[in-house]
Amino acid sequence: MNQQPNLNLSPPVSDEIRRTTCYMCACRCGINVHMKDGKVAYIEGNRDHPVNKGVLCAKGSAGIMQVNAPSRLRAPLKRVGPRGSGEFEEISWDEALDIAVGWLKPVREDNPEKLAFFTGRDQSQSFTSFWAQNFGTCNYAAHGGFCSVNMAAGGIYTMGGAFWEFGQPDWDHTKLFMLFGVAEDHDSNPIKMGIGKIKARGARVIGVNPIRSGYNAVADDWVGITPGTDGLFIMSLIHVLMKAGKIDLDYLSRYTNAPVLIDASEGPTKGLFLRDADGKPLVVDRNTGALTAFDKPGVRPDLSATYEKGGVTHRPVFHLMAERYLNDEYAPENVANQCGIPATRIHAIAGELARVAFDEAFELDQEWTDFRGEKHSKMIGRPVAMHSMRGVSAHANGFQTCRALHVLQIILGTVEVPGGFRFKPPYPKPVEAHPTPHCKVTPNSPLDGPHLGFVQGPEHLALKADGSPARIDKAFTWENPMSSHGLMHMVISNAHAGDPYKIDTLFMYMANMSWNSTMNTKGVMEMLTDKDENGEYVIPHIIYSDAYSSEMVAYADLILPDTTYLERHDCISLLDRPICEAEAAADAIRWPVIEPDRDVRGFQSVLIDLANRMGLPGFTKDDGSAKWVDYADYIVNHERKPGIGPLAGFRGENGDKEGRGEVNPDQLNRYIENGGFYVAHIPAGADYYKPWNTAYQDWAVGMGIYDSPQPYLFQLYSEPMRKFQLAAEGHGERQPPDHLRQRIKDTMDPLPLWYETDQTGNEGFTVNALTQRPMAMYHSWGTQNAWLRQLHGRNPLYVPTKLMREHGLEDGDWAKVSSPHGEITVPVMEMAALNDNTVWTWNAIGKRKGAWALENDAPEATKGFLLNHLIHELLPPKGDGLRWANSDPITGQAAWFDLKVKIEKAPAPGDAESQPEFAPIKSPVGTGPKNLAWKVGK
Amino acid sequence: MHPAPSVIIFTTLSGLGFGLLFFLGLGLPDVSGWIAFVFFAIAYGLSVGGLLASTFHLGHPERALKAFTQWRSSWLSREGWCSVLALIFMGLYAIGAIFLGQRWGVLGILGSLLSLLTVFTTSMIYAQLKTIPRWNMKLTPAMFLSFSLAGGALLAGQTRVALPLLLVAALVQILYWRQGDQALADSGTDLGTATGLGTRGAVRAFEPPHTGTNYLLREFVHVVGRKHAEKLRLISFVLAFFVPVVLLLLPFNHLFALLAVLSHLAGIATSRWLFFAQAEHVVGLYYGKR
Amino acid sequence: MTQLPQSTERKLGLVIDLDTCVGCHACVISCKGWNTENYGAPLSDQDAYGANPSGTFLNRVHSYEVQPAEGHAQLIHFPKSCLHCEDAPCVTVCPTGASYKRVEDGIVLVNESDCIGCGLCAWSCPYGARELDQAEGVMKKCTLCVDRIYNENLPEVDRVPSCVRTCPAGARHFGDLGDPDSEVSKLVADRDGMDLMPEMGTKPVNKYLPPRPKDQIEEQIDILAPLLAPVAEEPKGFLGWLDKTLEKL
Repeated sequence: MNQQPNLNLSPPVSDEIRRTTCYMCACRCGINVHMKDGKVAYIEGNRDHPVNKGVLCAKGSAGIMQVNAPSRLRAPLKRVGPRGSGEFEEISWDEALDIAVGWLKPVREDNPEKLAFFTGRDQSQSFTSFWAQNFGTCNYAAHGGFCSVNMAAGGIYTMGGAFWEFGQPDWDHTKLFMLFGVAEDHDSNPIKMGIGKIKARGARVIGVNPIRSGYNAVADDWVGITPGTDGLFIMSLIHVLMKAGKIDLDYLSRYTNAPVLIDASEGPTKGLFLRDADGKPLVVDRNTGALTAFDKPGVRPDLSATYEKGGVTHRPVFHLMAERYLNDEYAPENVANQCGIPATRIHAIAGELARVAFDEAFELDQEWTDFRGEKHSKMIGRPVAMHSMRGVSAHANGFQTCRALHVLQIILGTVEVPGGFRFKPPYPKPVEAHPTPHCKVTPNSPLDGPHLGFVQGPEHLALKADGSPARIDKAFTWENPMSSHGLMHMVISNAHAGDPYKIDTLFMYMANMSWNSTMNTKGVMEMLTDKDENGEYVIPHIIYSDAYSSEMVAYADLILPDTTYLERHDCISLLDRPICEAEAAADAIRWPVIEPDRDVRGFQSVLIDLANRMGLPGFTKDDGSAKWVDYADYIVNHERKPGIGPLAGFRGENGDKEGRGEVNPDQLNRYIENGGFYVAHIPAGADYYKPWNTAYQDWAVGMGIYDSPQPYLFQLYSEPMRKFQLAAEGHGERQPPDHLRQRIKDTMDPLPLWYETDQTGNEGFTVNALTQRPMAMYHSWGTQNAWLRQLHGRNPLYVPTKLMREHGLEDGDWAKVSSPHGEITVPVMEMAALNDNTVWTWNAIGKRKGAWALENDAPEATKGFLLNHLIHELLPPKGDGLRWANSDPITGQAAWFDLKVKIEKAPAPGDAESQPEFAPIKSPVGTGPKNLAWKVGK
Repeated sequence: MHPAPSVIIFTTLSGLGFGLLFFLGLGLPDVSGWIAFVFFAIAYGLSVGGLLASTFHLGHPERALKAFTQWRSSWLSREGWCSVLALIFMGLYAIGAIFLGQRWGVLGILGSLLSLLTVFTTSMIYAQLKTIPRWNMKLTPAMFLSFSLAGGALLAGQTRVALPLLLVAALVQILYWRQGDQALADSGTDLGTATGLGTRGAVRAFEPPHTGTNYLLREFVHVVGRKHAEKLRLISFVLAFFVPVVLLLLPFNHLFALLAVLSHLAGIATSRWLFFAQAEHVVGLYYGKR
Repeated sequence: MTQLPQSTERKLGLVIDLDTCVGCHACVISCKGWNTENYGAPLSDQDAYGANPSGTFLNRVHSYEVQPAEGHAQLIHFPKSCLHCEDAPCVTVCPTGASYKRVEDGIVLVNESDCIGCGLCAWSCPYGARELDQAEGVMKKCTLCVDRIYNENLPEVDRVPSCVRTCPAGARHFGDLGDPDSEVSKLVADRDGMDLMPEMGTKPVNKYLPPRPKDQIEEQIDILAPLLAPVAEEPKGFLGWLDKTLEKL
């Protein structure tokens, strides 16, 4: 026998570890970047980081292939061929910036609204919006409008926070976790970690999703619901629970507006809250029977008492809820067919919710004091937690469904209690504490305030004096009043149509609008290349910034190449989309752990350069000199309010202040030393019941999250929605156009309801069609990188067994899939664990030939496909002379998942490529190397 | 299994070559001088050529000498030893026969046995693999040995011996195919046992781990259509056994003998192609493929 | 070293929880990253940006659908890497001794400088755990991160295989399966851990924890139904119940 080889079991792992923040999706995990010889050798999760606690997903570990990707843009590019051809020449940064200023400066001097600045996977929205605001255009938003605004807005309007970045289950105590419309994504690692944690304890997971993949595959119980009927299912659960009295009456009376009295008198105040002289909503105090402001110390709001005045009986919200939800139309037996869920199953799930919420209730020995001054000796735990995302969100009835889901959580008393769902700072935050939208444009001046916000009534709509939309995307108009994230998916089609007006320059960042990030992909390509009668492009100038050779690059006139995420400064700020935990506020930075080896610059620094060249007000000192030279300078030295800047940690001269404090020039170094992030823990006793807990409120004020305590009630009944209904009923100065009145009345009900989405044109199209992003690619901005594309290099259409049989299909066959808008011909694959009437595919695997430095025969470009070709931004004509948006009528959320299709077996296309095919675009970066063996160490 | 030309050429030629050496070692035919030279040249050409072909599929042929170290457990290592010993013994024997007109009988018998042992060790490389039920049968060495002996006899011009050996080999071939077709099913291994999920219901491979191909799929998964396989089996059987037997039954003629050998060689090569191409590796189960 | 040791001092291996694995491929890529940079030759990729990308991976996640006799089909994600078998056929078939099982901990390794790339070990492995690297021409396989688990340059907490360290769902556990008191052994005992293809006689060290029974909630309806007895059939009656209940609060 030979001897075993003598192995070195302790080889050096790296020369140095540089800790920064991942950007392979929106989770923003902490990463340890192992360096060898100055090169990135290996990336792993940072164990100290609050988001991922050491773990890292496939994307994160594949970051090394992102940094060496052949698709990285190398220098600024000026278009030399026709738009869409991909023909560019490399130019210097000076020339590029001169061109940009040459377009932007006249726009600013003439009419700033002619610039539409929209950012996609932007993680610096507080900065990009600041830039846009100082430029003076009202046309700014990020990608939330086509992603998940229903979820965000539904949560904030209902309970002052939503899922994901806004809150999380109390994983340490939850015993029942119910997941709606989340397959693989949103969010990524924290949900996986949470599911793993509770499963190890034997807790139950219920997954509600038409597709049993990802998280739903590990769910103990799978509810393969019919897409778009989640609201009905949820209301049925509410019906059963209310009917059985399995609701937390104490919680409802104390922390929600269930006891708030609703004005029943006819007229312009009907349906609004009864309020006192200070404008505070009124309740009946059970102690005294008197009408009292809801927050008066010692008051015990009465859920049941009515109030009579002038012969009118004003009833509390809870009565209206009983009236609506006890109605038999929501009985399981009556929704079962439509939802595709047997009635017994709905009963059983309601029973399990009741059992766990009430029979498994527990107490934490923790004193706390509520906003009414009442001391509680314990915290009551109700170990039921829920989470939801795009599957519920991306329907035209999604906003009300999201609200319904929160109502379900709230009647069980499970929000902000141990074992339930908890907010993450800066949430909870009542809707009134958010800005309202601003749209007043003045040449050569900043906008009058932040672009985006939360309307509280028609007075906050973004309308011009003549009632026409102020914004190019028609956000905050009667068509979609509560469009808090804007409507990125409408920008190009509106700008092309000149409706509401024409623009001069479209400026986009990380937004693949000529491919997978848009509805009606082919139409959008045509709009981007369309010329007017003078032979000029209808959208005259397009500037685009991206780190990679995406499909959108070919459609821009000027390319400002961005860096990869390891070559840049960033801040993941509390002013933006933070990375906090339920027990702590946290923020983080990125810093250049390597320097770019190409002539590229971080986009945010480029924006600062542009601002300085144009002398934008917020960027310029009184003496006319620039405030900041680059983004890192801004991160450290910018103050939103005195003492409050992009980063909350290591503030003050000595770096010992958190939240509020003077600028610390050494702040970035302190972050780097600390692993790239900062955590400020919420003190024990302040970490539950946050909206009502004085200890939390005081802590939040200290941190600079609020300027004063902001306790509030959960809004089961949404008064702002009622205000829009009142307008539609003819009350108030600002009036909707007549064609929208009925829809506003029907959909903007202040109590959640379910309505079927508009089915116009869907005759004969009966199969639901959905998309998901695979976990290994979810939300990743970037290329089909060499490792990840081996996992998902092509996407079949997954078809349920029943439809496979009906259409005589077998794996590998081709099918023609058509919608009222278009058709595609694609390969199919059978999936049994799927709703019987739903087909789906992985989104954004299909790539355009010539993009992403892939070869033209790459499977992404030959077999991969997009469902986007089947989805139009407008609904089919109804014959009323109008075109209605394929969006939620309340928020404008893109209704991706309302898609209905028809499927037929088809012969394989002649070239065995998915249809439609598009001509290759010329790659500005060529294609990648043939083979890889990426070892940087010796 | 991927029917790699290197292994098909190797097993086919070396089987024939060592078969011929077996008979030469026994003095069948008892030749010397130039005639011996021709016989030995053919035998060495086939066996050494086959062995060389087998190195083409190695990732590092320059390290091939290391393969002699593990004869205690590895059939591949044993094959290496046997083949080298057989070639050395037969080489010495050949020197005697060609140049010295000597027939060193004991050396020849030892060489013959080593030649046969070489074929056996080759067959055991395949037969030992539980992962490939179609190979993991006693009939595998029986087939390799019977083919080698029949082919050797044919090449050695031992018509009287060749006829019955060809018939035996044909019979073994038929039995091998019959039993081989049932082998995977009989092994009890299926996707249920592969995943441990079989007790929960019917298991079906859904998404593969990677959408593209990989080494395992290239190496282990090869699909031959049933009809195509049947056709090839018929062709192989006719060429390997039927034609040579008929030709042998005809009055002796050198051309017929040559045709019989060539036909047999083509038939065995086809059979060997099927031996690989039809062999199902259980790893294929994980991919829902064979 | 072709012969297997009579016994090993420890039996290090993985326990993979099929009830928890969400199929995210984190382990696949973390493994690719670590083992490209560390032990032996890098894991290469051919046609990396072309029509047929194909690289060497030591760990791959399959997915299977299981259709029970009654009820919904289930989808099960199934990570698979070397099982470090006690009776490892890949070791005994190796002609050069490159393939061996460590006496100390039972890890099955390939000594790449002795590997001739004949592929026989891959042929002998029922699990598809070995892949011949196309650039280097040597056999690659899971090393159980032998260059991590004892590595004194790593903090102690990180001395686990990279796939275990990275797994977001905590579906992968690492430990000594030869020690009945180890955490992994207890998991296997509690959750009926199973072998893959036991009939192959390979005696895998790695174990799989089967998914817990699924879709059982309707069977509990008899227990749950009493919880849902209506407090009143009519909305009016509900308000009566409300008043009564509020009195008691």
